[in-house]
Amino acid sequence: MMQRSGGPVRGRGPMGAAFSTREKATDFRGTMGKLFRYMGRYKKLVLLVFIFAAASTIANIIGPKILGTATTSLVNGVIAQINGTGGINFAYIGAILLGVLAIYILSAAFGFIQGWIMAGVSTNIAYRFRRDIAEKINRLPLKYFDGTTHGEVLSRITNDVDTINQSLSQSLTQVITSVVTVIGVLIMMFTISWIMTLIALAMLPLSMILMGVIIGRSQKYFKQQQDYLGHVNGHVEEMYGGHIVIKAFSGEAKSVEKFSQLNNKWYKGSWKANFFSGMMIPIMLFISNLGYVAVAILGAWLAIQNIITIGDIQAFIQYVRSFTQPLSQIANISNVLQQTAAAAERVFKFLEEEEEILDVPNPVRLEHVKGLVEFQNVHFGYNPDKIIIHNFSAIAQPGQKIAIVGPTGAGKTTLVKLLMRFYDLNSGAILVDGHDTRDFTREGLRSMFGMVLQDAWLYNDSIMNNIRYSRQDATDEDIYVAARTAYVDPFVKTLPDGYHMVINEETTNVSQGQMQLLTIARAILANPPILILDEATSSVDTHTEILIQKAMDALMQNRTSFVIAHRLSTIRNADLILVIRDGDIVEQGTHNELLARGGYYAELYNSQFEKLNSI
Amino acid sequence: MEKVRIIRYSKPYLIMIFISIGLLYGQANFDLTLPDYLSKIVNVGIQQGGVENAVPKAIREIEMNRTLIFLTPENQTDVLNVYTLVHNATAEADRYVKKYPALLNQSVYILTNSESAKIAHLNPIMARALLTVSFVELLMVNDTLRILINMQLGLSLPGGTDLFEYLKTHPISTLVIIAVVDSKFSALGETMIIQAATQVVRAEYKALGMNVNQLQINYLLYFGGLMILLTLLSMACTISVGYLAAKIATGMARDMRRDIFKKVEKFSSTEFDSFSTASLITRSTNDITQVQMAIMMIIRMVFYAPILGIGGIIHALNLAPTMWWIIAMAVGILLSLILVVFYIALPKFKSIQKLVDRINLVARESLTGIMVVRAFNKQQFEETRFDKANIDLTKISLFINRVMVIMMPLMMMMMNGLAIVIIWVGSHEIANANLQVGDIIAFMQYAIQVTTAFLMLSIMFIILPRASVSINRIAEVLKTDILIQDPENPKHFDESFRGKIEFRNVSFRYTGAPEDVLHDISFTAHSGQVTAFIGPTGSGKSTLVNLIPRLYEVTAGAILIDNIDVREVNQQELRDKIGYVPQKNALFSGTIASNLLFADENASEDDLKSAIKIAQVTEFVTAKPEGMATEIAQGGMNVSGGQKQRLSIARALVKKAPINILDDSFSNLDFKTDVALRKALRTSISANTMLIVTQRVSTIKNVDQIIVVNEGKIVGKGTHTELMENCAIYKDIAISQLNLEELL
Repeated sequence: MMQRSGGPVRGRGPMGAAFSTREKATDFRGTMGKLFRYMGRYKKLVLLVFIFAAASTIANIIGPKILGTATTSLVNGVIAQINGTGGINFAYIGAILLGVLAIYILSAAFGFIQGWIMAGVSTNIAYRFRRDIAEKINRLPLKYFDGTTHGEVLSRITNDVDTINQSLSQSLTQVITSVVTVIGVLIMMFTISWIMTLIALAMLPLSMILMGVIIGRSQKYFKQQQDYLGHVNGHVEEMYGGHIVIKAFSGEAKSVEKFSQLNNKWYKGSWKANFFSGMMIPIMLFISNLGYVAVAILGAWLAIQNIITIGDIQAFIQYVRSFTQPLSQIANISNVLQQTAAAAERVFKFLEEEEEILDVPNPVRLEHVKGLVEFQNVHFGYNPDKIIIHNFSAIAQPGQKIAIVGPTGAGKTTLVKLLMRFYDLNSGAILVDGHDTRDFTREGLRSMFGMVLQDAWLYNDSIMNNIRYSRQDATDEDIYVAARTAYVDPFVKTLPDGYHMVINEETTNVSQGQMQLLTIARAILANPPILILDEATSSVDTHTEILIQKAMDALMQNRTSFVIAHRLSTIRNADLILVIRDGDIVEQGTHNELLARGGYYAELYNSQFEKLNSI
Repeated sequence: MEKVRIIRYSKPYLIMIFISIGLLYGQANFDLTLPDYLSKIVNVGIQQGGVENAVPKAIREIEMNRTLIFLTPENQTDVLNVYTLVHNATAEADRYVKKYPALLNQSVYILTNSESAKIAHLNPIMARALLTVSFVELLMVNDTLRILINMQLGLSLPGGTDLFEYLKTHPISTLVIIAVVDSKFSALGETMIIQAATQVVRAEYKALGMNVNQLQINYLLYFGGLMILLTLLSMACTISVGYLAAKIATGMARDMRRDIFKKVEKFSSTEFDSFSTASLITRSTNDITQVQMAIMMIIRMVFYAPILGIGGIIHALNLAPTMWWIIAMAVGILLSLILVVFYIALPKFKSIQKLVDRINLVARESLTGIMVVRAFNKQQFEETRFDKANIDLTKISLFINRVMVIMMPLMMMMMNGLAIVIIWVGSHEIANANLQVGDIIAFMQYAIQVTTAFLMLSIMFIILPRASVSINRIAEVLKTDILIQDPENPKHFDESFRGKIEFRNVSFRYTGAPEDVLHDISFTAHSGQVTAFIGPTGSGKSTLVNLIPRLYEVTAGAILIDNIDVREVNQQELRDKIGYVPQKNALFSGTIASNLLFADENASEDDLKSAIKIAQVTEFVTAKPEGMATEIAQGGMNVSGGQKQRLSIARALVKKAPINILDDSFSNLDFKTDVALRKALRTSISANTMLIVTQRVSTIKNVDQIIVVNEGKIVGKGTHTELMENCAIYKDIAISQLNLEELL
């Protein structure tokens, strides 16, 4: 019903929703059970919805039968008029019509109430699901996100919750109304004539078989078309993404050729899929008309025998018509329920993921943090089977500067993550001022650290609020001071709204370097006893780089600092250098000590300054 | 104008489209005739016992003689003209006796001329006469009634005799009787008189020894069969239209997508930049799908709705001209209902998209900043932020859900109300003998068909604007002029290509930009030399080198390679001379080998090996179990930035082009790899013209020529040592990156 874009382009063809390849939950029963328990607090409302839905449907079913008596009376009136024994009894017919009108209004009112309540319930459940997922994100260990992309989590929040919402607000009541309709109509049909009912029912297997054949066919083609569309879209994305490369290597012809192949393949699958799915309605209509004729002829024959009245035939025809629709709805609902279960299963799986280990019951609280950090026989691996840090021990004295050095991708941020307890150690301990980091609350531990990472993170709000992020109770004056210390002030003043300029959604209205300065300002405002810094690399222009350096130097004064270092000056002035290779700390010491050792560090260092005829 | 471009795509399918319209016309006709047959089944088949007319197919001679008494002489001849008298026990009688068993012992008039015009003319005449006959027959058996009539009308009809014989000789009494019957039925109107007379006909058939029940069932079977035949034909039409619509819509989608893709592949960077990559992707995928769906709907619904709607109105008006206002009212209510709902809901529909985007944004921010959130203990803050977006979305989505939920019962009620009104008004029409019961049922069907047609049309008002947006977006791409074209009379490079690059007073400005980004750039890069470009971000270094392979076109001045202007050779010939490593390193899905072969399909195994060796990725490739056959995911997502950079360099090397351009291609490499790579490049392709864009001073300390770019201008040119002395900006950059002693 609603077209919600966003997220990557997916291969969804026209009518994709109705014919998308069936997703199946691995545990349908269990998941639906959970979903109903999740709806627990709305039990009474849902029950009410069921009652109203059933009442509305029943009223709708009774309508035609009573309307039939009006027709019968009309016919009798006509006959009486012909025979001269009377006329049409308008008072009677009028009364019946008013009665039927009342029933239909009642039915509409019930349907309305039912929908109103159910929309409220389902929207509310969607709200709760989204809230729970958002809160869950904050309770999951960082480790979880190593194996899960952001897109997947976002898809839980939007697509899956949306599926559940739609399905609850529409399909759930549809189940009720369809079942009630089928049963009710069947009863009404039997009260009119059991022979006619049997004839009408005889049409069912025929339509079921035909439907099955068509659905089977079209589903096959729909799957194909979706696969092919996926390939076409994939090729488009990739070629557009690498447009410059295509140009530079004159690959246009090759790319177009491949595209044409994929596009033609898609065409072949797609027209068939559309054609077969389009066959469904006319064939169903034909069968419905077949039943209609059968009922009319049989009805006429029965009317000759005076077994039934003309009004009955009319009512019966209406019932036959309203009989096939809920049946195909029920057939469709099982599909929808499967999809819902699949979506709910993914959401519940996310909500049930193992959370971070609880904080200790009696955590340590430090009044004054000196900033002594000790690593004692640290062992760690992102995967317990693959330990990357083997038995690492080191001491950072208060106020010292520790440089973390190593090639890109060597795992320099791992140490940071351990210090902040984003990950727990496999064995050994990290101590702050003599206390195991696990003896603090996570909040308490993290409040001792200030962190400035290279891929600076800002959110869609004003610059002011972005700086304030580290300390909500900071006054505007505090923020200006921090901004000045971090050299943010001059450039902010040139921005259109100054401190109130809102960082846009893509964070493109401030430069990379400015973003980093802002995050430094944020750390300055927090005024933490221990610092973790990530030095700027080549993506920042020279002038800003100098500013960042100055701001970082200011920040590091008298604080224990861990610096992921790229600049040689930083490394050479460090009190301790930790050399990382393939995730492990392979060497540690001062610059001179490490050079003297002639190990990996010396090799790294010399390669840079080797007197070679560099190109 | 823009839409015209898209309509062009329907050209190959015009015949199919016309056939579709023809088939739809057929379908509408079949669908609209169905209620006619249904009403026939109810009116004639059920109510009139299968007897259609008051003109019987056969009538006994005595009965005919009785009937003739009540006809004017003129009518008598008319009636006798269409009948033939068959005497019993003749050869002719034998032919009919099976059909009319009464022929065994008496003579029978048989209808031998059943022209519909004649029948229509005789129908009311015969109906009245037959009804009069049955009235007189009633008087013959009902003495009380006879005496009553005699008293009332001052007649002296005798009892116990054949009244018909009496009436033959008493014309005055005959006229009175005719007048009595006429006055009795005058209130009924023609249709009902005929309907009443069919009962007499039915009785006559019985008297002829015919099986009237069989007659009725035969009638029902005949029209039932016709109905099924019609449905079959209608189904055949619908399915054929479905087939054509599927072929047309997907075919047009395929053609459009092909053209848009071809066009984009021809785009130079100038055109490419004027759209964003994401927008071009959406235009080639989603927008096409939208248009495809719209075409499908147009064929199946927009073409069909007017045919069905107008046809339905015509049929309904033919049936019951006085009841037109009911249909008008139904359509009016339906349309205003839809209008009101969309007036209320449409703006909300638009805002819901924004709110979904908002909630996505907030959640994405929480996820990308997860370390920062936790480092600053801001979980609560994030939850509140999310909750606000969540509540906003919930409110609007509740509103929309409820509006949608109201629609259903309202629609149902409208349809049901329509049925009730039709029955009520129709019953009065029946009482006035304007309609028969079966007609009401048929009228209901027409009313539903007409409202459905309008419903279909109103759906188009939702779909078409959306498709129209997509069409415009597609047309925008298709109509974009491509700035960079091959020359009409291209020049060619010499066999002995040297690769000297010369910039002569080159200026460049992005299309639509207010200012030049490059001003008056002049320099020469010689083969066998390395020329490096350094400068702050945004200074224009990348743009400068992008001009060489003509990814952009110079705004003023000229670029010459071996003294030939790059605009004077074919783009392919030009680019074949250049091994280019872009700043954004795009790898394509496939394998490492397929990515390298992208530069030169015919490269040998050894060529690839030497390229990866120079690019310092041999270790990475050989460590993989599949080696060169290692899968590369779309966009090279499964390899790290540094590896992507090195593979891109390797790809450029496979091309073995005499000119190499490396645009910031070392930024993700560690110092050690950087040095090794440069060393390898130096020894392997020393004869080439090499251009390097970089931010690292250490990378270019020893190159032949350094060009310092700042704000689009060349601010320094020379070697490292020269620039350290006479270029302040270069010196600043160098000092910020290296310690003083390292600079010496």
